[in-house]
Amino acid sequence: MSSEKKIFKDADVKLMIGSLLRWGVIVSMSVVFIGGLVYLYRHGHEKASYHTFNGEPLFLRNIKGILQNVAAGKGRAIIQTGILLLIATPIARVLLSVFSFLLEKDYLYVVITLIVLGIILFSMLSGIGG
Amino acid sequence: MTILLLTLYILVGAYFAGLIGSLTGLGGGVVIIPLLTLLLNVDIHYAIGASLVSVIATSSGSAAAYVKEGITNMRLGMFLEIATTIGAVLGAFLSSYIPAAYIAVLFGLILLFSAIMSFVKKNTQADPVSSKPATWLKLGSSFPDEGKQIPYGVRNIFGGFGLMGFAGMISGLLGIGSGSLKVVAMDNIMRIPFKVSTTTSNFMIGVTAAASAVVYLQRGYIDPGLSMPVVLGVVLGAVTGSKILVKANTKSLKAIFAIVISVIAIQMIYKGLSGKI
Repeated sequence: MSSEKKIFKDADVKLMIGSLLRWGVIVSMSVVFIGGLVYLYRHGHEKASYHTFNGEPLFLRNIKGILQNVAAGKGRAIIQTGILLLIATPIARVLLSVFSFLLEKDYLYVVITLIVLGIILFSMLSGIGG
Repeated sequence: MTILLLTLYILVGAYFAGLIGSLTGLGGGVVIIPLLTLLLNVDIHYAIGASLVSVIATSSGSAAAYVKEGITNMRLGMFLEIATTIGAVLGAFLSSYIPAAYIAVLFGLILLFSAIMSFVKKNTQADPVSSKPATWLKLGSSFPDEGKQIPYGVRNIFGGFGLMGFAGMISGLLGIGSGSLKVVAMDNIMRIPFKVSTTTSNFMIGVTAAASAVVYLQRGYIDPGLSMPVVLGVVLGAVTGSKILVKANTKSLKAIFAIVISVIAIQMIYKGLSGKI
C-alpha cells in the first residue's frame, strides 16, 4: 500500500519537473523574442561589432541593472531578462528536487541536492564572475 | 554589416546548428561556435556565452519530455551534478585566463573526439548488479523498454564521478554540453545502458550550463544582441529535429555529420595554432 502511494507521488513530481522545464523554456524564449523585436526596431540599422571582445556594459551583468533597464524599455535588457529566466529554469528544477526528495523522506538525496544548489549559489555570489 | 542583417544570418545558421545537433545527438553548441567564429568573425568569448545559453534551452526542452517518460535516472543525475557543477564553475573561472587560440584548439580536439565517439558502439546491456557504494547511493534503477521494465545496476561510481567533473569543466570552458564525454563516463565506466545514459546526461546538461552561465553573465560574456538569434534559432532547429528524427535514417546522417564536424574541428585547430582566431 505504502509503496503504491510512493510511486504515485514520484510520478507526480516527475510531471511537475517536466512541466517546469517546458514552461521555463517557453516563457523565457517568448521574453527573448519580444526583447529581440524591441532591440532590432531601435538598433537594427546600426553597424554590428562583435569582432573584438569588449565585454558587456555593467548594466547587463547583474539582475538589478537588467531590471532597471527593462523598465526603461531597452530591448537588450528585455532579452537579458529572458536569458536570466532561462538560466533560472534548471536551477528551479534543482530546488523542486529538494522538495521531492523531502517528500520521499530520502534525506541522503536531500543533502546531495542541497550540495548542488550550494555550488550554484557559490558560483553566483562568490564574485568569481565579477 | 548592420545588426539586422547579422541577426538574420545568425538566426538561419543557428536554426541549422540546432537541427544538426538534435539529429546527431551532439547538441547545437558544437556547430554554433565554429559558425560564429569561423564564418561570422565573432570573438570566441561572445560565441561561447551565446552557445552556453542555447545549451540550457535545448537541454531543458528535451529533458522535459524524457523525465515524463521515466527513462531519466534522477538520483544518478543529481549525484553526478555535484561533479559537473563543480567542474563547470572551475571551467568558467579558467576561461578568461586562457587565450582564445588555446580555447579554439581545445574546442577542435573535443569536437574530433565527439565525432569519433558517435561511431563507437553503445552499451545496450543492462546488468542488474550494482557495486557497493552505488547500492548505498541507491543509483540502480529500471527503465521502460518495449513495455517492460528493465532493471540495471551502476558500477565504478568514483571513476564516473571524476570524468563527470572533467566533462563539466570542458562544458564551462567551451560553452558546450559535452554530452559525448558524459555518455562515455556513464556508458563505458559506470556500465549504464545508453538509453538511460543519454537522457540522464541531457538532464544534467542544463544545470551544468547554468552553473557556468551565471559566471559568464557577471563577466559580461553574454551579449543579448548575439544570444537572442542564437538561442531562438537553435531551439527552433532542435524542435524541428525532434519531429523529423523518427523518420530520418540516422545512421547515414550520423556518418555525414561526423565527417562535416571533423572538417570543422580541424579548421578550428588550424586557426587556433596559426593564431588567426
